[in-house]
Amino acid sequence: MRRFALLFAAIDETTRTNEKVDAMAEYFRSADPADAAWAVWFLSGGRPKRLIPVRRLAGWAMEEADVPEWLFSECYDAVGDLAEAMSLLLPDRETTTDLALHQWITERLLPLGTKGEEDQRASVVQCWRELGGTERFIWNKLITGGFRVGVSQQLVVRALAKATGVAEGVIAHRLSGTWVPRAESFTSLSASETSDADVSRPYPFFLAYPLEEEIEALGSPAEWQAEWKWDGIRAQVIRRDGRTFIWSRGEELVTERFPEIAGAADFLPDGTVLDGEIMPWKDGAPLPFAQLQRRIGRKSLGGSILSDVPVVLVAYDLLELEGCDIRNEPLARRRAMLNEVITASRSTAFLPSPIVPLASWADAQAAYAGARERSAEGLMLKRSDSAYGVGRRKGGWWKWKVQPFTVDAVMIYAQAGHGRRASLHTDYTFAVWDDGVLVPFAKAYSGLTDDEIRDLDRWIRANTVEKFGPVRHVKPVHVFELGFEGIQASARHKSGVAVRFPRILRWRTDKRAEDADTLATLRAFL
Amino acid sequence: MTLLRLAERGLYCEAGDFYIDPWQPVERAVITHAHGDHARWGSERYLSSREAAGVLRTRLGSGATIRAVDYGEAIDVNGVRVSLHPAGHILGSAQVRVEHRGEVWVASGDYKTQPDPTCTPFELVRCHTFITESTFGLPIYRWPPDSEVFDAIRAWWRSNRDHGRASLLFGYALGKAQRLLAGLADADVGPVYTHGAVERLNRDYRHAGVRLADTQYASGMPRGHDFAGSLIVAPPSAAGSLWVRRFGAISTGFASGWMRVRGARRRRAVDRGFVLSDHVDWPSLLATVEATGAERVWVTHGTREPLVRWLSERGIEARVVASQWKGEEDTDPVEVPGEEITA
Ligand SMILES: [Zn+2]
Ligand SMILES: [Zn+2]
Repeated sequence: MRRFALLFAAIDETTRTNEKVDAMAEYFRSADPADAAWAVWFLSGGRPKRLIPVRRLAGWAMEEADVPEWLFSECYDAVGDLAEAMSLLLPDRETTTDLALHQWITERLLPLGTKGEEDQRASVVQCWRELGGTERFIWNKLITGGFRVGVSQQLVVRALAKATGVAEGVIAHRLSGTWVPRAESFTSLSASETSDADVSRPYPFFLAYPLEEEIEALGSPAEWQAEWKWDGIRAQVIRRDGRTFIWSRGEELVTERFPEIAGAADFLPDGTVLDGEIMPWKDGAPLPFAQLQRRIGRKSLGGSILSDVPVVLVAYDLLELEGCDIRNEPLARRRAMLNEVITASRSTAFLPSPIVPLASWADAQAAYAGARERSAEGLMLKRSDSAYGVGRRKGGWWKWKVQPFTVDAVMIYAQAGHGRRASLHTDYTFAVWDDGVLVPFAKAYSGLTDDEIRDLDRWIRANTVEKFGPVRHVKPVHVFELGFEGIQASARHKSGVAVRFPRILRWRTDKRAEDADTLATLRAFL
Repeated sequence: MTLLRLAERGLYCEAGDFYIDPWQPVERAVITHAHGDHARWGSERYLSSREAAGVLRTRLGSGATIRAVDYGEAIDVNGVRVSLHPAGHILGSAQVRVEHRGEVWVASGDYKTQPDPTCTPFELVRCHTFITESTFGLPIYRWPPDSEVFDAIRAWWRSNRDHGRASLLFGYALGKAQRLLAGLADADVGPVYTHGAVERLNRDYRHAGVRLADTQYASGMPRGHDFAGSLIVAPPSAAGSLWVRRFGAISTGFASGWMRVRGARRRRAVDRGFVLSDHVDWPSLLATVEATGAERVWVTHGTREPLVRWLSERGIEARVVASQWKGEEDTDPVEVPGEEITA
């Protein structure tokens, strides 16, 4: 645990990517494989099921630290992170142990789930007494299931490649799917043979970067393939050894949830992997995303939901054909093979993602302008000779999202952020005018620079009208331009509308609160 | 009418007609210490500890009228007995003891009870009413021993040196910077360079007999000088400025009580945080309040409300005093005029 805490500190204390990778590689090289396996799991975002309700845990911490509840909340408010607030409040450790990370997990952490409340408490308190500083903080993070380290899966993969000498793509592939944190799993990550037995395993998803420049800067349109950018669930459909698996991009196995697609996949030849977007689709056109959400929200797919909200796989790519990994073939070839595979399957559940003809960039501009009418989010631009890479890489694939709706709104509430933004007010609630009253309609977190956040934080602290717990009601002074992706009527919201993915586009220091938009402006978007 | 009260221009003693750390110019100002929020320009006459006189003069300029008294030396101001007692915060910092008709008040300014080689240690003064800061007035603030912090600083510097980087360590120019330099005096760390704001105050500290690590003024080095492997001590306001560019590859650190909280370090965007504070932590604050025997406590700058509630729940008459001293801000409390940040 001490070594893992040092690794955590090393990662936490630098913003330089190379140093993070080096620190991880060094750990993977020298740690016990059983520890390294858990480290890989946690670093790539694995989280144990929440073992103890947070409220209960906080209660024990208050009693151990001998602080009343009101003071505990003041501290939580100042720290912005529960696991850290508890670590800082608890008395200094009494003893030390040399228990290894995997022992902490398997002997101390996981058994908590099967214990009664009194035993849980005794066990947790004992752990607190044995751990100091960063180790205690990590332990609390593990129990609360909120362990986040600030490294992407891609960096973990790079570090593993560096430590083992195995290519990044192979590591990423071996890690995807249901990777179990055990010593053997870690050892087999570095095995040199590349035919992996696990038939269910998907490939790491290749992701596009947002287009940053003018489209003309991409060069000749002849070298590019354009498709609509769909807003559904990105997924891989795998057919191997007579079995079908559907993986979502969140690496969740969702085969059962989409029987239309799973059924159609049974007719694919063995050794086929498709990449695409699961879309609610009816009468030859997409349905709103909310419909898909409605379907996902159902525990069972009974009743009329299957006929109300049928789904298809809008297929983008073919990753495996006849059992061969073809990700390094050029996109144009993969696409041709994809069309053949889908035609041969004779299924309406697979739909090759329509290609947008691209004689000139003007075609792309026109398609982009009409994207919303087609219920698309914008355009995808992929180099015709591009390979299917790993993770998010610049260059081969770009996404060009349509500009969101925008509105000028007034900030009325602020709340401290968590993690990196703890103790700074970074979560804001915005309102628009309705009959001389400000009506809240959206919360947004991102979009300001660090300097702006700092300035705003100072202003918030000095201009709080009222405090309810961590939420501050501030004077209605500052106006922000908000963007959002979609809008719907909603009876559950006070404003009567619900917006999708709201974010801050800019701080309108040139506008006064009176100049902000009205609810009528918002309703006009409906 | 209480012996001290909050007036428009500061904490005022009507019986003696003087102010303590006023935020606007007054006729007679008793100064607890030379930090910018406590010692402001423009008053006609200042009273400070003899130990503080040097730094106070640097801050207020040669034109200021400063009377210096020894710690514990009582003077009579219009029939009120006033004496200064060590506060252990920075060089010359003092608690102001005010006695009138048998009633004793102590205004402690900023203080800490931990040992600090750069100033006279805190002296406990019994009183009826104690005025305390609350900069770190929450139980999450508990200071580790100095030795642990300095070990961490040395290890950080060594690792940076081995990677060919300079170590840029931020600390308030008055007080913290010198405490760092004193703690590193025998540490075999260096060479040590300083920002002008720090170097100017180093002179006053050395003049007062405080032993600091040998330092060189960073801006005095020739163009293209190689700073790899060195330690540079600078005020936090220098972070991100052009001044920093000359050092090449650097790792940044910040020494402050705020660094106890991870979010505060990340907000500062420094690589390392070292928990080193010149203010009392929560346990020492409570212990001090209790030991003064005060039946009434006024709480000034910092996290006031929780402390007031805590004390009230324990039968002490406590209240918030809305002073304009800045406890909440973790920005640099001292700006020394004349330093050319971009030079
Ligand atoms: Zn001070
Ligand atoms: Zn102060």
